[in-house]
Amino acid sequence: MKQFNPQRREALKAAGASTIFGLFLNAGLVSVSHAQGAWNQAAFTAKGIADVVKGLGGAAPVPTKDVSWGSTPEIAENGAVVPVAVESKIPKTESISILVEKNPSSLTASFTIPPGTDPMVSTRVKMGETSMVHALIKADGKYYVASREIKVTLGGCGG
Amino acid sequence: MADPMRIRAKVEGDKTVVRVLMSHEMETGQRKDSAGKIIPAHFIQQVTATHNGKTVLSAQWGPAVSKNPYLQFQFSGAKAGDKLQVTWIDNKGDKRTDEATIN
Repeated sequence: MKQFNPQRREALKAAGASTIFGLFLNAGLVSVSHAQGAWNQAAFTAKGIADVVKGLGGAAPVPTKDVSWGSTPEIAENGAVVPVAVESKIPKTESISILVEKNPSSLTASFTIPPGTDPMVSTRVKMGETSMVHALIKADGKYYVASREIKVTLGGCGG
Repeated sequence: MADPMRIRAKVEGDKTVVRVLMSHEMETGQRKDSAGKIIPAHFIQQVTATHNGKTVLSAQWGPAVSKNPYLQFQFSGAKAGDKLQVTWIDNKGDKRTDEATIN
């Protein structure tokens, strides 16, 4: 794995890193299972669900109800530590991404689910304020989204 | 080098449930110190869990994953006594791998 190098990162960004990477993918130089080697800067700096999906290389997601939020609370007392659990009931789920709409960057985490692993993850995220939280599911090449509001009584981005 | 992860992997029925607690600042790059200077971002960007050489979960993270990240997932095909490895890499290129025995 390469060392992170800010200059190189900037150069890549300027050259349109996602485009270059896309070419590698198309050319079969990088198999999808190894594509995790590059952190998706475009998706992780995007604001709002439409730009995140674009950054991930997908089209507009279809709303779905086939997502269970497990133990995810509706009201979080501490925005610095909000437990989020997402389970997809959509067949052939390939990835689960968690987005917090009102955070400075919406995409928080993106999990790749290989065959044999259940399409469910739980983690803890930071939320600056009350916001819609989206579970973006990629299944059989298509994107789906389920959303719910989480109210935050104490923001997680302050000093 | 960062502190070790705490990894618990337990067979429950035909699944193995994995819980990982990592030790990392997860600094967002948005906060300022007392002198008003921005504290540089420092956060885990990639996480990979492998069992018998097969990736059972991989993830890309942004800085909005909470400090000392927690992760839970489950997969099929492992038995008690097997090893599970978890690796993370952060935006400064720091890397840590820890191994747990599935029980």
